[in-house]
Amino acid sequence: MISPLAILPCLALIAIVWFLADYAWPAVKLNGWKFITSNSWDLGSMYANPIMMHGQLLLPGAHYGILFLIAGTLLSTAIAVAIALPLGVGSAMFLAEGVPGPARTWISFLVEMLAAVPSVVFGLWGYAVVIPFLGQHVFPWMAAHLGWVPYLGGPTGSGYGLLTSGLVLTLMIVPLIAATVRDAIVNQPIGLREAALALGATRFETLWKVLLPEVRKVIVASTILATGRALGETMAVLMVGGGALNYVPSNIYAPITTMAAFIVSQLDSAMEDPTGMAVRALAEVALVLCVISVIVNGGARLLLYWGNRTGATTWV
Amino acid sequence: MTAEEVRNAIRQPRPLVALQRRIFNWLGWGLSGLTFVLLAAAMIWILEMVSARGAGALNWKVLSTVTLGLGGGLLQAIEGTAVLALGGTLLAIPPGIAAGIYLSEYPRGPVAPVIRFLTDVLVGVPSIVVGYFAYVTLVEGLGWKFSVAAGSIALAIIAVPYIVRTSEVAIRGVPNALREAGFGLGVTPGTVIMRICLPMALPSIMTGVLLAMAIGVGETAPLIYTAGWSTYMWTGHLTNEPIGYLTYAIWSFITEPADSAHALAYAAAFLVTFFVLIISVLSRVVLSRRAGWSQQR
Repeated sequence: MISPLAILPCLALIAIVWFLADYAWPAVKLNGWKFITSNSWDLGSMYANPIMMHGQLLLPGAHYGILFLIAGTLLSTAIAVAIALPLGVGSAMFLAEGVPGPARTWISFLVEMLAAVPSVVFGLWGYAVVIPFLGQHVFPWMAAHLGWVPYLGGPTGSGYGLLTSGLVLTLMIVPLIAATVRDAIVNQPIGLREAALALGATRFETLWKVLLPEVRKVIVASTILATGRALGETMAVLMVGGGALNYVPSNIYAPITTMAAFIVSQLDSAMEDPTGMAVRALAEVALVLCVISVIVNGGARLLLYWGNRTGATTWV
Repeated sequence: MTAEEVRNAIRQPRPLVALQRRIFNWLGWGLSGLTFVLLAAAMIWILEMVSARGAGALNWKVLSTVTLGLGGGLLQAIEGTAVLALGGTLLAIPPGIAAGIYLSEYPRGPVAPVIRFLTDVLVGVPSIVVGYFAYVTLVEGLGWKFSVAAGSIALAIIAVPYIVRTSEVAIRGVPNALREAGFGLGVTPGTVIMRICLPMALPSIMTGVLLAMAIGVGETAPLIYTAGWSTYMWTGHLTNEPIGYLTYAIWSFITEPADSAHALAYAAAFLVTFFVLIISVLSRVVLSRRAGWSQQR
């Protein structure tokens, strides 16, 4: 009686991939590789008669290319991971070795609470507080003083964009790295610490030269998991990204859209397409996002199973 | 080199190295402490914004009337969030606990690693992808339209891996001696699981259930195209009737020009954030109480 119920969660994953692929298939056949290599998303002329192309009915002028979405997704994720990795590992080090045991649970909670805050609240915070602050004070300062660095100069816009999305995403993924790495450090055998201390290493040297190298696989795996999380974040990026269309960012302040945010923002207008091809093309976006996240998460999990003898896998 | 010479070489004071080490230590602790302070400050900044602006916007009218245009209250959204979160959690509990039992009691075999791997991957599938899947299959495919049923199923798919993981860990934590005592009395494996393991593990399993509820309350993306949005109270239909929920109010009202709409968005953010935070504090208290207990096995 338990077995059929127990495989339901796995069936859900298989069903998601299967039904999305099935639904998106006409769009996949129509678009081919152009879908990910070209840079224009155009629903076509809504009031013209549908035409036949490659055996599919679609609106004249319709063209589906998502290069700008892939660019926005990868760039915002790259910024987020590049900032979250040192922040996450640093605070994990501090929490694991710098805070005494009984207090650790509750002090760590201050960082791990970031994982509990809903995505849309991050979006609200970014929209109402961070964007005015960054757009009026920080970005103009950065452009004036750091403008010689490639991509840091140029027009700063109003605060919506790549860097803001990256920063908000950082806060959303950092607890995952911090909690996983902290658990892995805490679970290292006491003998390792004693051996290093007996050789005359200070506590920080023990941490930096002995414990951190021991947990490097966990650091890599949790970073990949965090990457997967950042790739799929929807609401926060939707609210602070600025909603660029058919536009690859030219500097770090430029507006962007990610695949996840694009699905939410475009489904309403896609439903207006009488041929239904726009909804299928959006399903193809979802399919691409799903396949990327399955590969990223599957890889990270395999690395964690293989690298983490202690079996400590925190989900935040 | 004699032993004496080696000893002298080691004992020779090297002030530069000592200074280097001291700077390295201070810099290391300083920087790692700084990263923690940065993150904690961001958390406090978010909490400060939500509570300052949310508390100002929250009043009895918001809690007791439905949304009217860009003003009014959030009663139907509060009701809808409760319905969707409960629905999603109730749907996720049976398969989640069943998979948890399977993983903890039958870990050796060809099936368990596959279940564990696929559930672990499922937790990483973006919520909008799950939402789009539900839109394609349930809202369009089965013709349920925007509805409680479609929204709850989408939430259940997102929440189920968390229940699987917490119940697996919880049931594995039940001391083996208790299982053996059951078997020694001639009890069948099924009864041991249902009458011994499950009741013992129940408080820890509850933390997974609470987590699922928190996800149901806090998610937005999977609901936009499955549950829709409504400014009327729910009339009890599972399909063909859209329903309102708080996270939608946050997302859509903050970009409206009216102050009354902003107030509703902040009030909704206050309710959602503090509900979710209280749940995560609760589950942490339960877990830290149980931690000592499960290590005794």
